[in-house]
Amino acid sequence: MTETTTLYEQLGGEAAVNAAVDIFYRKVLSDYRINRFFDDVNMAQQAAKQKAFLTMAFGGPHNYTGEDMRKGHAHLVKLGLDDSHFDAVMENLGATLAELNVPQELIAQVAAIGESTRNDVLGR
Amino acid sequence: MSLKTIKLDDHVIACQEGDSVLDALLRDNIDIPYHCRRGVCQSCMIRSLDDAPPAASQNGLTDVLQHQNYFLACLCYPEQDMTISLNSPKDFFTEMTVIDKKLLNLDILSLTLKCNTPLNYYAGQFVNLKRHDGLQRSYSIANNHLLNTDSLTLHIRKLKGGLFSEWAHQELAVGDTIDISDSQGLCYYLPNQLDQNLMLIGTGSGLAPLLGIISEALHQGHSGDIHLFHGSREVEGLYLIEEMQQLTQQYQNFYYTPCLSSDTLSNGFAKGRSHDVAMSSISSLKDWRIYLCGHPDMVHQAKRQAFLKGAAIQNIYADAFHVGTALAK
Ligand SMILES: Cc1cc2nc3c(=O)[nH]c(=O)nc-3n(C[C@H](O)[C@H](O)[C@H](O)COP(=O)(O)OP(=O)(O)OC[C@H]3O[C@@H](n4cnc5c(N)ncnc54)[C@H](O)[C@@H]3O)c2cc1C
Ligand code: HEM
Ligand code: FES
Repeated sequence: MTETTTLYEQLGGEAAVNAAVDIFYRKVLSDYRINRFFDDVNMAQQAAKQKAFLTMAFGGPHNYTGEDMRKGHAHLVKLGLDDSHFDAVMENLGATLAELNVPQELIAQVAAIGESTRNDVLGR
Repeated sequence: MSLKTIKLDDHVIACQEGDSVLDALLRDNIDIPYHCRRGVCQSCMIRSLDDAPPAASQNGLTDVLQHQNYFLACLCYPEQDMTISLNSPKDFFTEMTVIDKKLLNLDILSLTLKCNTPLNYYAGQFVNLKRHDGLQRSYSIANNHLLNTDSLTLHIRKLKGGLFSEWAHQELAVGDTIDISDSQGLCYYLPNQLDQNLMLIGTGSGLAPLLGIISEALHQGHSGDIHLFHGSREVEGLYLIEEMQQLTQQYQNFYYTPCLSSDTLSNGFAKGRSHDVAMSSISSLKDWRIYLCGHPDMVHQAKRQAFLKGAAIQNIYADAFHVGTALAK
C-alpha cells in the first residue's frame, strides 16, 4: 500500500481551513505583538487572505510561489516585520490547531511548512 | 455536444466541456481579474443575470452574495447556458420622481422617490443618486420592499458645505426627477434564519438602512431578538425616537437603545458611543448577525469588536458612510 492521503486531507481539507480561519484570525487580532499588521478596514478580504494562508500552511492546493510571498509581505517588511513577528504568527497557528484538537504530529508538519517560507516572508 | 454558451453584454462565448467560466472568458480575451484559480482569493467573482449558478461555484460566498447570484468564475462549470455580467449595479440608472420630502430632525431629510416600474431592492442596500449635472452620492434605503416595490425612502443628512446634501435639502423639490442607480450592497436582511439574534448599530443617518432591515425582519416574522443601538453626540442628532419606542411596545423581541456620546447625561439615553454601549451589553455574539451603518470609524471599530466577541465574519454586515473629501467630486 502506498501512502495516498496528503497532510491537507488528513487535516480535513477545506472544511478544516474554514473551521480554523476565524479562530486564527481572532487570535492574530488580539495579539498585541502583531495585530498592527492586520489593521485592515476590509476584514472580509483579510479573512480571505487568512484562508489562503491556512490553505498553504496545511499543505493544500495553492498557486503561491516564494516570489509571491516576498511581494505579498514586502510592504510589511518595510513596516518592520521580523523574526519575532513570524514566531508570533507560528505560535498562533499552533494554538489554533491545538484548539481544534489536531494531533501533535500533524501540527508539527504544518509548522514545518510555515517555517519553510520564513526567508521569503521576511524578504531575505 | 455539451458545449454551453455564455452571454456577456454583446459577446457570446463558448464554454467547452471541462472548462470553467474563467477559462472560457480568458480564452476570449475578456478582461477579468483572477489570481488563485481555486476559489480562494475571490477575485474572479461575477454575477449570473438569469438562473442561479451551480452551487459549487458559490462555495465560500456569504449568503447575501449567493442570494444575488454572484459566483466564482474559476469554480463554475456551467450546467446550462448562462447570461453573466461583469458590471456592477451602479452602472444602471432609472429616472425617479420625488414624491415626498420632510425633515426628521434639524439635519436629516426623509426623501421618497417613485418609479413607474417595480424596483428590485432590499432595505439596507444603497443607491447612487445622480444629479442632472452628473454629481453622484450614495444613500441607503430605509423602507421595506415587501410593502412597497415602486418607491424608495432615503434619509439625507445635511453636511455643512456638502455639495449634494445641501442641494437635496434646499433645492430638490417634490415633482423633480433624478436618476437612481440599481440597488447595491450586501447589508440587508435575508429571512434564512428567523431565530438568529440580530444586533444593529447605527450612527446619525446610519439609522436609515437599519430601519428598513428591522422592518423587513419583523415583517418576515423574525423570532430572534433584535437589538437596535442608535448613537449621536447630542439628543438633537437622533431621530424617530418615539417611533422606535413604540416599536418596542409592539414587538417583544425588539429592543431599542438610544446612545449619546457627549458628556451630558439624559434620562432614557445610554451614555457612550453606540458601539461601546452595544458591545458591553452582551457577553457573546456567537451566532449573532450584526449590522453596522454610519460613521466609518464606528463601523471599523465595531466590526473588530463584534468579531472578537465571537461573531463570525460572514455574519457581520456593514456599510460605512464614507464622505468624500471636498476634492473628490
Ligand atoms: C454606502 C454608502 C451609503 C451612504 N448612505 C447614506 C445615507 O443613508 N444617508 C446619508 O446622509 N449619507 C449617506 N452616505 C454618505 C453620502 O453618500 C454623502 O457622502 C454625504 O451625503 C455627503 O455628500 P455631500 O455632497 O453633501 O458632501 P461633499 O460635497 O461630498 O463634501 C462633504 C464635505 O464635508 C466634509 N466632511 C466630512 N465628514 C464630515 C462630517 N461628519 N461632518 C461635517 N463635514 C464633514 C468633507 O471633508 C467635505 O469637505 C453614504 C455613503 C456611502 C458610501
Ligand atoms: C508562516 C508564514 C506565512 C505564510 C505562509 C503567509 C502567507 C500569506 C498568504 C498566502 C497571504 C495572501 C496573499 C494574497 O493573496 O494577497 C498573506 C497575506 C498577508 N500576510 Fe502572511 N504569511 C506568513 C506570515 C506572515 C506574518 C509573520 C505576518 C505578520 C505578522 C503576515 C501578515 C500578512 C498580512 C497582513 C497579509 C495581508 C497583506 C495584504 O493586505 O495584502 N504573514 N500571507
Ligand atoms: S481566481 Fe481566485 S477565486 Fe477565482
